[in-house]
Amino acid sequence: MSQRGIKLPVAAAIALGALVFAASPGQALQPDEVLPDRKLEQRARDISLGLRCLVCQNQSIDDSDAQVAQDLRRVVRQRLVAGDSDSEIRAYIVERYGDFVLLKPPFNARTFLLWLGPAIVLLGGAVLVLWGRGRSRAGAPALSAAEQAQLRKLLDEREREPPT
Amino acid sequence: MIVEIGHYALVLALALSVIQTVLPFWGARARDASLMGIGPVAAVGVFICVAIAFGALTWAYVTSDFTVRNVVENSHSLKPLLFRITGLWGNHEGSMLLWVLVVALFGALLAVARNMAPGVLRADALAVQGLISVAFLTFIISVSNPFARLVAPPAEGQDLNPILQDIGLAIHPPLLYIGYVGFSLVFAFAAAALIGGRIDAIWARAVRPWCLIAWAFLTLGIAMGSYWAYYELGWGGFWFWDPVENASFMPWLSGTALLHSILVMEKRDALKVWTILLAILTFSLSLLGAFLVRSGVLTSVHAFATDPGRGLFILAILVFFIGGGFALFAWRAPLLKTGGLFAPVSREGALVVNNLLLATACATVFIGTLYPLALEGLTGDKISVGPPFYDATFVPLAMALLLLIPFGQALAWKRGDLAGAVSRLLFVMGLSIVACLAIVFMQHGGPVLAVIGLWLGIFVFVGGVNEILSRSWKRGASLSVVLRRAAGLPRSAWGAAVAHAGVGVCVIGLAAQAWSIETLASVRPGQPLAVGPYEVVLTDSFSRQVANYREDVARFHVLQGGAIIRTVDASKRFFPARNTSTTEAGISTIGLGQVYVALGDAGEHGLGVRLYWKPWVLLIWIGAVIAAIGGALSFSDRRLRVGAPTRGRRKQPAAKDATAMATVAAQ
Repeated sequence: MSQRGIKLPVAAAIALGALVFAASPGQALQPDEVLPDRKLEQRARDISLGLRCLVCQNQSIDDSDAQVAQDLRRVVRQRLVAGDSDSEIRAYIVERYGDFVLLKPPFNARTFLLWLGPAIVLLGGAVLVLWGRGRSRAGAPALSAAEQAQLRKLLDEREREPPT
Repeated sequence: MIVEIGHYALVLALALSVIQTVLPFWGARARDASLMGIGPVAAVGVFICVAIAFGALTWAYVTSDFTVRNVVENSHSLKPLLFRITGLWGNHEGSMLLWVLVVALFGALLAVARNMAPGVLRADALAVQGLISVAFLTFIISVSNPFARLVAPPAEGQDLNPILQDIGLAIHPPLLYIGYVGFSLVFAFAAAALIGGRIDAIWARAVRPWCLIAWAFLTLGIAMGSYWAYYELGWGGFWFWDPVENASFMPWLSGTALLHSILVMEKRDALKVWTILLAILTFSLSLLGAFLVRSGVLTSVHAFATDPGRGLFILAILVFFIGGGFALFAWRAPLLKTGGLFAPVSREGALVVNNLLLATACATVFIGTLYPLALEGLTGDKISVGPPFYDATFVPLAMALLLLIPFGQALAWKRGDLAGAVSRLLFVMGLSIVACLAIVFMQHGGPVLAVIGLWLGIFVFVGGVNEILSRSWKRGASLSVVLRRAAGLPRSAWGAAVAHAGVGVCVIGLAAQAWSIETLASVRPGQPLAVGPYEVVLTDSFSRQVANYREDVARFHVLQGGAIIRTVDASKRFFPARNTSTTEAGISTIGLGQVYVALGDAGEHGLGVRLYWKPWVLLIWIGAVIAAIGGALSFSDRRLRVGAPTRGRRKQPAAKDATAMATVAAQ
């Protein structure tokens, strides 16, 4: 099972270059894993959706059928039953597997560009648009004195001509 | 023999594409019409040769010619005919051949579409398109030969990855590639315009149809891929923010921006520099997608090195075209004169904001996809960027964009009137709010974000409908007059309205998933399980042998108020040739929603099942199809088919009549 979790998506992604391969087929969370307490189970699901199946591509442990994912689901539920808070459980798992396990990367010195990147692009783009507007408005320079004189002359000529 | 003919045709195609590149380019410089005239002939020749090569490989697959390595690795004599054919592009070498086929197809289409672009521009565009063929044909012939023979052929093939043995493989990659590669022609036009130094409304008009085709197909390709993942992967998800998905989504976002900026360029001769840049960017992102997927860099930064020949070759193609495109841009862009001026509150202004948001959205996906790779490459640290990141960054941008759509459509070109636009939209806003509240009330509330999303979807949809209504309905006019006026509106107006309405429909479907219901349980036959408004009961299970796999089927009845309304099969398939199994979800469509049954393991408490009721889920893909139809409608606009203006009129492309026509058309 765990082998399928690794191999299929990779093989398929290499094979096709299409969209399908985020996950392997199969069984994610199983009925017998579910906690009887609905509230605890909901918390387990919420935590699981934020944790990455380590051997899959971008798949949460809730959706993965890999053995590692099942183990992690079990760990989450055991800790919940033992009375840990959500953040304690996340911290416990990050301690063992590193930030890689979090689908939502933490904000820190290594990821600030990731998190601020979209805002930087948006603001930078807005500044560019405004600057471009200013430039294009200035882009049509006022007529010089000579040009003004020429324009006046042309207009005068036209006035003198009889209407056709 | 046929396989050798295919290989030979490929080499011939390479030679012809060199001719397609060199001669028209030279002719355009020397203003030699006969040299330029060789371009179209060569382009058609390239297409015929690649088509012969493609046909030869198809033949090898259909006849299960196991002397060809590519066939051995990806086919099986027991495989159904359709999957034997589609298996051709279910692997690296074959899919690159499909890629080149589409490149050549677009070159040939441009060659045949005589009056769609002025002479020199067309010659240069054909040359650049030829250069793209040269690059990929060289790649295929040197390091990715699909025609390689085996010295000791096996008796049976290794079969195709079971996940790919699906009708989805027949539909999704060709659509996606037509979209991806369609933007290569847009790139070719951009490069040609930069080389020729003529970048004006005529250019925009020549490029827009190609851009529309590419966009419509990319839209369909992504949507079909998403639906395929939804039913094949078996856990009810349809979009995962997976790097492979993102690779196709980035060109879509920038292509959508391009579609809108090209409109401003065509109508108002403005945003030229930006439009050219977007044209280069969109194809660059397509190439990047090909590189990301083909080089194996996604699996791990280090996997890239496992096949350095191919990875580096594609990287070189990437660097050459992107670098070349931007170098041309840097050389010529400063020469571009800024075009028509417009007030901040105007149709153009709205389209600028649209482009800013789409470009930022595209950059967000780009950062999210490549940041982990860059970080691992630079520091060795591994992080994951999953759906929560995009929920926090992409979704707000998309929401702002959706909110903008109806307002943008209600604004006039050059100088708009915000108060007027708002008053014109009061009815749309009122109606959408009422409809949204009614739905939410019937569903007994829901998450705030989903309610907002639902409203936005309805707002955009009603706004799209209103686009047509407001232009054809006049107080006191009879129905027949209204219909005649509506039918008389330009196709591009219909296209925009339909495409926007489609986006609205898609968003409604996405938002509705917040009300989907999931049930997880072990069941025994006859024991009903509630999922949303329905009950699902396991009635039967059996095994059967089908073509090249064995299947364990679980049959369920879907009940509504105790009455059986649907029968649905979910199954597990075992493919002996690859010693792998897949699960097939059972999906039953009821109205616009679906009951989705995914099988788990059989245990002591019965068979594990994961059930979903997904209300309105079909709207997601129906909306995408509607949007693509909008693109096709816009493509069929008469003004685009007439093609480039004649020589006499070409002198004043942005003159009064063009602008007047544009204003009429765009109101």
